[in-house]
Amino acid sequence: MDLKGTGASAGIGIGRVVIVEEPTLDYVSRTVEDTAAETERLNAAIASYIDYTNGQAETMRETVGEKEAEILTGHIVMISDPYMQGEMVKLVEGGMCAEDALVQICEMFATMFEATGDELTMQRATDVRDVKTGVLAELMNKRPVDMGTLPLESIVVTHDLTPSMTAGIRPGAVAGVITETGGLTSHSAILARAMEIPAVLSVPGVCHKLADGDLVVVDGSAGTVVIDPAEDVLEQARADQAAFAAERAELAKFIGCRTTTASGENLELFANIGKPDDATQAMERDAEGIGLFRTEFLFMDSPTAPTEDEQFEAYKKVALICKNKPVIIRTLDIGGDKDVPYLGLDKEDNPFMGFRAIRYCLAREDLYRAQLRALLRASAFGEIRIMVPLVTCVDELTAVKDLIKRYMQEFDQEGIAYNPDIQVGVMIETPAAAVIADLLAEEADFFSIGTNDLTGYTMCADRGNDKVRYLYSTYNPAVLRSIRRVIEAGNEAGIMVGMCGEAAADPTLVPMWIAFGLGEYSVSATSVLATRKTISLWTKEEACEVADKVMQLKTASEVYEVLQESAR
Amino acid sequence: MFSEKVTLVNPQGFHMRPASLLVGEVGKYDATVTIIRNGNSIPGNSLMGIMAAGIKCGEEIEIQAEGPQENEAGRAVADFIASGMGD
Repeated sequence: MDLKGTGASAGIGIGRVVIVEEPTLDYVSRTVEDTAAETERLNAAIASYIDYTNGQAETMRETVGEKEAEILTGHIVMISDPYMQGEMVKLVEGGMCAEDALVQICEMFATMFEATGDELTMQRATDVRDVKTGVLAELMNKRPVDMGTLPLESIVVTHDLTPSMTAGIRPGAVAGVITETGGLTSHSAILARAMEIPAVLSVPGVCHKLADGDLVVVDGSAGTVVIDPAEDVLEQARADQAAFAAERAELAKFIGCRTTTASGENLELFANIGKPDDATQAMERDAEGIGLFRTEFLFMDSPTAPTEDEQFEAYKKVALICKNKPVIIRTLDIGGDKDVPYLGLDKEDNPFMGFRAIRYCLAREDLYRAQLRALLRASAFGEIRIMVPLVTCVDELTAVKDLIKRYMQEFDQEGIAYNPDIQVGVMIETPAAAVIADLLAEEADFFSIGTNDLTGYTMCADRGNDKVRYLYSTYNPAVLRSIRRVIEAGNEAGIMVGMCGEAAADPTLVPMWIAFGLGEYSVSATSVLATRKTISLWTKEEACEVADKVMQLKTASEVYEVLQESAR
Repeated sequence: MFSEKVTLVNPQGFHMRPASLLVGEVGKYDATVTIIRNGNSIPGNSLMGIMAAGIKCGEEIEIQAEGPQENEAGRAVADFIASGMGD
């Protein structure tokens, strides 16, 4: 029997299961007579919690990292608040037991934090509840499990991995983690990734499905758990594990480096994301910005149109996660192929050449207004840039810029902050846009080439159609010429030219982009380091030699052959 | 007693970092500092109270300080808030 969950921290873990259960912290409420003694009990528990947590933070600083340790020192700062402690003592003096007083005051603050509407403060509610659990454990003399005593190569199976649990982990002791709850951005996931421990999360009932001592293989990339693996499966897992470790070590050399060719040209390397939370992982993987944030999720996951405020919160969140790194946000790219009832899009015979993306948005100013205003408001919180999809003529871009200008005037009257110099660029994904790239470059602040759609539209081939899929390839001379033209036009006009399709991370094509003069590469978060490495292997001159040869070839298969051969 | 109105200018308001810096500032002086917002008093030495209030950018709040160093404390806190609290 195998189990499936969310692969939240990549790598292969092989080991024996240790079920780790958090102590239950149920207690019976009571009234107290000797309030002075109860106050003393509460104060002692708080002091002991601070002491214990300090030690945990110290260990964590050494075993995991400074940032993770700060979660714990933050807890100490919170519980040290004299006002908060005073409120608890007041309740105890009124006859409440220490447990009740603690829970009531912590819950009160957690609820108030959640009600502030401020993303950063709302997230702190979780921390207040962690503090509550920690002090409660002290009051009941039940400290969290100490993972420092685990045997080597343990696979920790638990409900939820908490910072206090992970603090004591010795390197090498934990080969993998499986939890019942938590997603890609949960504490469990962030901690597992920081410790480079393979983790599969959100496996319902896993604490009961596995038993202490079970041999398992945890695949944190695929999100699978193999129980009691056969010898051949185990052997394969060991080989995969070694290969993964070698690759990770190789790519680790590129963390924190600039993205530079072998001949010293600095390029920009960004990540593509689909949800605000994805930005966290992109930053962990050392992306230098966000090159494509698709906003469709806001519209697809909702029964009604997202309001300006809802959108503003989502865009602001990404801006804050990315600090002051560039965040390119693409406005709504949706058409009749998607079933979103409130948008009122009719089914069309040919939705990819129909009423979609910017065409739809310009006809529905009520909807587009909310998105553009939300983007402008969020631009006060970071380096947000606006990208317009499916542009085919200059008028579309100027229409968007006119709208933006109008909303800026509204904000000036309303006294709302925005970045007056916000960049507005074009996603180059239609043959029309590629052909008039020089004209668009006069109006746009940047280009980003969407190679997936540009390939499909240029070759007039749907990659979902088996019979014509053979035509769908970026190696086609038509596509390569088109891309070269766009990059040259952008560079001539002095604007940034980027690429946000899958081709940006393709190691066979990277030398072509270097040769053409592409300035920004936006790839999936998991490809950031590998792409930085590929770029570092080419000098501009060597890349140009390959490109010169390739651009004289007549067919996609010849191009593929040459690029495959010269790939590094 | 020191009293002065000041407007919050940092875009993200009082989240954890500026709130703890403010509490640290208050702790330097022998004075009781209170933040008055919409008629409610928030103790200036309470990180949790300040965060829970969710005071936003652009809001005007009043700083009060009482005690031997009330003028120094009030001045320092008001200036710190007006400076954007390092955000």
